[in-house]
Amino acid sequence: MQTNFFRKIIFDEKSRSLLIQTLVIGLFALFIYLITQQTAYNLEKRGISSGFDFLHISAGYDISIRLIPFTSEDTHLRAYFVGLLNTLMIAVCGCFLATIIGFLVGIIRLSSNWLFRNIAYVYVEFTRNVPVLVQIILYYSILLNLPKIKQAIVIFDNFYLTNRGFFSPSPIFKDGFSIVAWSLVIAIIFTFFLKRFLKKKQEETGKQYPTFMINSAIIIFTPIIFYYIMGMPLEFDSPVLKGFNFKGGMVIRPEFLGMLFGLSIYTAAFISETVRSGIISVSKGQREASQALGLKSNFIMRLIIIPQALRVIIPPLTSQYLNLTKNSSLGIAIGYADLVHGFGGISLNQTGRAIEIMMMVMLTYLTISLTISFFMNLYNKSVQFKGNA
Amino acid sequence: MTKIKSLFISLVLTLGVSTAIAGSHGSTHDLVKERGKLMCGSNTGLAGFGAPNDAGVWEGIDVDVCRAVAAAVFGDASKVEYVPTTSKVRFTVLQSGEIDMLSRNTTWTLSRDVDLGLEFVGVNYYDGQGFMVNKSLGVSSAMELDGASVCIQVGTTTEMNLADFFKANGMSYESVPVETNSEADAAYTAGRCDVYTTDASGLYASRAGYPDPSAHVVLPEIVSKEPLGPAVRHGDSEWADIVRWSLNAMIIGEELGITSANVDEMKSSKNPEVLRLLGVDAGYGAMLGLSDDWAYNILSQVGNYSESFEKHIGPNTPINIQRGLNALYKDGGILYAPPFR
Repeated sequence: MQTNFFRKIIFDEKSRSLLIQTLVIGLFALFIYLITQQTAYNLEKRGISSGFDFLHISAGYDISIRLIPFTSEDTHLRAYFVGLLNTLMIAVCGCFLATIIGFLVGIIRLSSNWLFRNIAYVYVEFTRNVPVLVQIILYYSILLNLPKIKQAIVIFDNFYLTNRGFFSPSPIFKDGFSIVAWSLVIAIIFTFFLKRFLKKKQEETGKQYPTFMINSAIIIFTPIIFYYIMGMPLEFDSPVLKGFNFKGGMVIRPEFLGMLFGLSIYTAAFISETVRSGIISVSKGQREASQALGLKSNFIMRLIIIPQALRVIIPPLTSQYLNLTKNSSLGIAIGYADLVHGFGGISLNQTGRAIEIMMMVMLTYLTISLTISFFMNLYNKSVQFKGNA
Repeated sequence: MTKIKSLFISLVLTLGVSTAIAGSHGSTHDLVKERGKLMCGSNTGLAGFGAPNDAGVWEGIDVDVCRAVAAAVFGDASKVEYVPTTSKVRFTVLQSGEIDMLSRNTTWTLSRDVDLGLEFVGVNYYDGQGFMVNKSLGVSSAMELDGASVCIQVGTTTEMNLADFFKANGMSYESVPVETNSEADAAYTAGRCDVYTTDASGLYASRAGYPDPSAHVVLPEIVSKEPLGPAVRHGDSEWADIVRWSLNAMIIGEELGITSANVDEMKSSKNPEVLRLLGVDAGYGAMLGLSDDWAYNILSQVGNYSESFEKHIGPNTPINIQRGLNALYKDGGILYAPPFR
């Protein structure tokens, strides 16, 4: 009986691998346990306090770049959310801009125009091969060399470009503006159904409708009409130079712009290569067949090539989005108040809770990255071949 | 709950721990002697306080404290390896045992002393936070700075004083956070900010490096107490004593008029305190675990506090700082060392 048991473990492949895996997991758990004990012991021995109580004491410093109100009396926890929102803001804006530039450049790279093709080629090779940190610092330095605040470049009377940022009027929403906003939402929902209706009609009758034009017109003109009906419930607060700085209006800081340019221009080069390879991967026969059917060239691109290219493009595109998001932590180099710079830097230094804070920052990045992956995977599934072909 | 917490804690700094374990065995003094050199955390570069000179040799009054400790331990002030630290990493570097002491214009505060597991051993420069602006702005007082953009080094007490000062006076400002002194200089001279605020000593040091120092003015308001001094890890009193008394020896040296030039003559002085300090009367070195001539080595190789001050930041240097608060207590300042007996 006993010999049988050992024999089974040694000679049966399934039991043997089960045993080995159990051992490996056990050793790993032991390793983690020992490290934990040692760290806790060391911290205690050095008289370094630990714990998460610091989150509820006031931060004591100010953050200029923020999406939610924050003063020095607010807690470190709120500083965490300010940083998190700044990280998300740069990640979303960066991914958006990088995607647009990337798709454009990727398509231009395949253009038959020699000049355009080679300009795109030089752009891709240059930005792809220079570290992103260097590029961020370069763009930031250029922005810092814009005119000083007193010599601001004035654009259309109310916009000012200086080395302290781009100042523009801010909207003030008055009573009744919510109706304008709702009209826009309803217009968008309406066009969605209209599109389906027109598509069905096209399938029945074969007649094509200028769906895109009709829908654009609806989305643009509905809110405008309501805006006038409601008596123009929108005013603008223009920035005015007063003392040291502009008062009123809105501002986009050079730190944000430096990050945005650095991250999106760098990542766009990789995305363009992804797009190019995606388009090339669609077999030549597809294009020739659609030409033979007499489709116009932009229809060929939009209806035949791109949908098939997307299957190849999406997975590497996801990893570029993840890279961009993680690279946003480089904001620390130019003082962009993201999660790592504000909470992971200043709060860490004021409280000395390195382990706790870094852990929170790491888990946050992990959550953001996994969320991006999740949604991109969903999207990826939706563009793959349907059926069992 | 605590288990989960400690598990999380451990996951993160797996690598940091291995160095920490190495640092936790034996006393710092033994470790330093064994290694044959002192690892001293310095500034990344602050003229007059701690910065490499043209020949790449570290100089400054903070650096002199490191040199004094090396002179006391090894009898050779040059046996120091400088580890440049930013304001952000300085405490972590010290806690983890990467350096033996930190001497880099660091303010002694309660929370740092108690909560971060550090031990401040004294004050080598009494400082206060000031504001520097370009003269062309026509500002003569910090109370006129409402709405200004302010460049500030992150992770410092300065940051919190700034927030408090503007709040207390009902003024608003835009903070422009920068990582190092040189980045602050770049942002300030480019006009990204109107005001540069840090310890007044740092402002003088920065200004000395600008193309036209006379175009900038340090405003009269000093908004904080910033006692800057060397720090060591908490829990090794023997080592803390060595660093504390190395600094004190420099100050007492000035009180007694002992300089690097006359230290040999002073050995035949009639003053018993001089004889105790220079190790002519034996016994005081052994109390610290050092040789009896430890203070002699400091004063002959590094010099007394006044020499260090005049050489690096005094009125005859580009930094041009008056002794002010940093004069000896008997000269109208508050510099005071406990008696050597």
